[in-house]
Amino acid sequence: MVLPLLAPCMESKDWGAEMAQKKTNLVSLEEGGFALFLVLLAFACIIVAGKTFDQVMAFHAGIGALFAAVGVFLIFKNYFDDGGQVIPQEIDGKPNYNIGPVKFGAVAAMFWGVAGFTVGLIIALQLAFPALNFDLPWTNFGRLRPLHTSAVIFAFGGNVLLATSMYVVQRTSRVRMPGKILPWFVILGYNAFIVIAGTGYLLGATQSKEYAEPEWYADLWLTIVWVFYLLLFMGTLWKRKEPHIYVANWFYLAFIVTIAMLHITNNLTIPVSIYSTKSYIVWSGVQDAMVQWWYGHNAVGFFLTAGFLAIMYYFIPKRAERPVYSYRLSIVHFWALIFIYIWAGPHHLHYTALPQWASTLGATFSIILWMPSWGGMINGLMTLSGAWDKLRTDPVLRMMVVSVAFYGMSTFEGPLMSLRAVNSLSHYTDWTIGHVHSGALGWVGYISFGALYCLIPWLWNKKRLYSLKLVDWHFWLSTIGIVLYITSMWVSGIMQGLMWRAYDQLGFLEYSFVETVEAMHPFYIIRALGGALFLAGALIMAYNLWMTVRHGEAEEADTTAAGSLAPAE
Amino acid sequence: MADIHEKEIDHISGVETTGHEWDGLKELNNPLPKWWLYLFYACIAWAVVYWVLYPSWPLVSSYTKGVLGASQRTEALQAFDEGVAGRSEFADKIVAASLEDIAQDPELLQFALANGQAAFGDNCAPCHGSGGTGAEGYPNLQDDTWLWGGTLDDIHTTLLYGIRSGNDDARIGEMPAFGRDELLTREEISQVANFVASRAGVEAEEGVDLAAGETIYVDNCAACHGDNLEGIQEVGAPSLMSANYLYGKSLDDIKAQIHGPRNGVMPAWVDRLDPATIKSLTVYVHSFGGGQ
Repeated sequence: MVLPLLAPCMESKDWGAEMAQKKTNLVSLEEGGFALFLVLLAFACIIVAGKTFDQVMAFHAGIGALFAAVGVFLIFKNYFDDGGQVIPQEIDGKPNYNIGPVKFGAVAAMFWGVAGFTVGLIIALQLAFPALNFDLPWTNFGRLRPLHTSAVIFAFGGNVLLATSMYVVQRTSRVRMPGKILPWFVILGYNAFIVIAGTGYLLGATQSKEYAEPEWYADLWLTIVWVFYLLLFMGTLWKRKEPHIYVANWFYLAFIVTIAMLHITNNLTIPVSIYSTKSYIVWSGVQDAMVQWWYGHNAVGFFLTAGFLAIMYYFIPKRAERPVYSYRLSIVHFWALIFIYIWAGPHHLHYTALPQWASTLGATFSIILWMPSWGGMINGLMTLSGAWDKLRTDPVLRMMVVSVAFYGMSTFEGPLMSLRAVNSLSHYTDWTIGHVHSGALGWVGYISFGALYCLIPWLWNKKRLYSLKLVDWHFWLSTIGIVLYITSMWVSGIMQGLMWRAYDQLGFLEYSFVETVEAMHPFYIIRALGGALFLAGALIMAYNLWMTVRHGEAEEADTTAAGSLAPAE
Repeated sequence: MADIHEKEIDHISGVETTGHEWDGLKELNNPLPKWWLYLFYACIAWAVVYWVLYPSWPLVSSYTKGVLGASQRTEALQAFDEGVAGRSEFADKIVAASLEDIAQDPELLQFALANGQAAFGDNCAPCHGSGGTGAEGYPNLQDDTWLWGGTLDDIHTTLLYGIRSGNDDARIGEMPAFGRDELLTREEISQVANFVASRAGVEAEEGVDLAAGETIYVDNCAACHGDNLEGIQEVGAPSLMSANYLYGKSLDDIKAQIHGPRNGVMPAWVDRLDPATIKSLTVYVHSFGGGQ
């Protein structure tokens, strides 16, 4: 990042002028503040690592100290490399967009995506062939399952959201993100959280809350990073040169604000001691269950829906070169979505200790949510009107359109499953797994792939992708994979639910649990095959993107102000 | 510059834009799709009807009960009671009848086998296998080798109180750890293991003093396993002449078991299952073919 900017400097100035400039700029408040914070953090980590009896804590405190020290080093290396000069907000009248952190996020997303899909395939195979647990604590299903879910949702999805949000908010506000260290702190800090969380699962550190497994210290760190993310995003909007805020940014902002609220409320824990990984949640009993699924469902609503709708609202019109279908629809479905989603969580707790009124209320709001969800689908699909022919020639656009179709399907299936009568059959079965994956693989996966296929050539100033043919292969392999995955889980889940409730004529259960497990075996193999195809597609994508960056044909410098003048990071 | 945009007509759709533009992106000023709006209203109306009919909204210290008076808890308890009532005719007879009578009466037997099969699958199969064929360390219930006896009464007692389960009436038999507790030397264990192997039809090592092994057997093992290795069911000591060894029948397996025996545990079911179910399970297990 540093060299491209330094090179022209060296040509134009002699060494004396260079040195003189260095002397004139002191360490900025931002650089000094972050450096001081990280120094203190490194010392705190070293003390904890030294005093703890908890091996996992010692390991994580060690990682924390290392990351903090590297952070301090990078801040000062950057300062001495560029002399603490102020980065220009504009170059030749065009905004000097900060794309370094975006590039990092895009690469990290692809890396974590492949890692997360691989772990998913492993645990799918473990369910079909339990011997693959290898009788080792680190490789058993119980630890790998949260590793898979966190890797795909928070590591892959999270990096896609961070990278695209930083890109989109700058472009649609026509302004550079604020801060020199801040954007890097957000993207690197977030990935440090991923490393701490993931290694924690493998070593057995978990607070046993689904999709919120990381222990208290990881949660605390994420809270800090997230607050800075909010400041970064709001700061960019604050500086914007456009009179209005683009629709994608409403969704990004809703995602950032709500995730902060959910994360903090669901992770209010009291650590056993600051030297221990273990903590106890302040909520108990059915209140804990209620808070957990208020969190869990809105993680789907605001992380996996609102955030990725933001991606849809930028990348589909951009790629299709068409205007967004309806401004009015975007407003109405935005407010309806965020007001109604937050009520729907209790439908995860039908037929439990949760009072009936709470679960009924959750179910009714889930039904009301159907059309607000579909508003996004309509706006995504109808934006294509006048450009449908592009689906034949552009597999990237096709991927994003299929993504929106999957979004529509799973947001219809969701309200359906929230009804008590349907839920009594579907709950605790593989149907839920199939439903989640039609949203995860189809909607979130495909819109992310589409966005990355667009973003990588833009970020690295390439005219086009290395190969559209490979995108085609990716599309078809993973589409077959998704279809195999969802259909096998539908069949397996409905069969499982029917077997559980089957009685013989004397009033005894027809099947024992183990018989249902036996009956699901073939579908588990089909599911693993679907997962393997999806992973194969992602590997093709990683190769394609790598070749685009390495060997793609360069774009002429004047078409974009963002890429050619890389900021000095 | 780009701050003020003229509203323009999109040439492809013929629809007016809002006049805003961000990074080349524009928006059409299309109205809300009618079908979308009406379905949205319909969903809200449906929810309102649902709120009137069913318990749904919290009040200060209560909640709206709904005009149907529906209660999930009451319904579940009713369904449970109905299920119990539907089975009670036979269940009461099972409790009253002796195990032999149940096995003789075709009607009761049919009920007991159905009840036993359902209960076996969820409670016993995890260890003994869905067909009762067992696994290493978990006895096969289909053969006629019984550790604690295979009559209806024996099986019933084992089911009720378990084996080394902690229940006061549990069956208890503990084989000493001859090696781990240093009751026998390594060589003595080898000798007695080879002696047992030679009698049980397992290939023994060459050059081992079998006579010494026999002496050790008589002094240490015969009290429980019998003078002729036939086993004594009262203390749960298995026959060593049997074809089925619970923990494996190679010479190494025998040595390992003498060194540090694994005294497996079966839970007591008396506090977990109702009497009719335990009796049904007894008859069901007895019917596997190994019952005596």
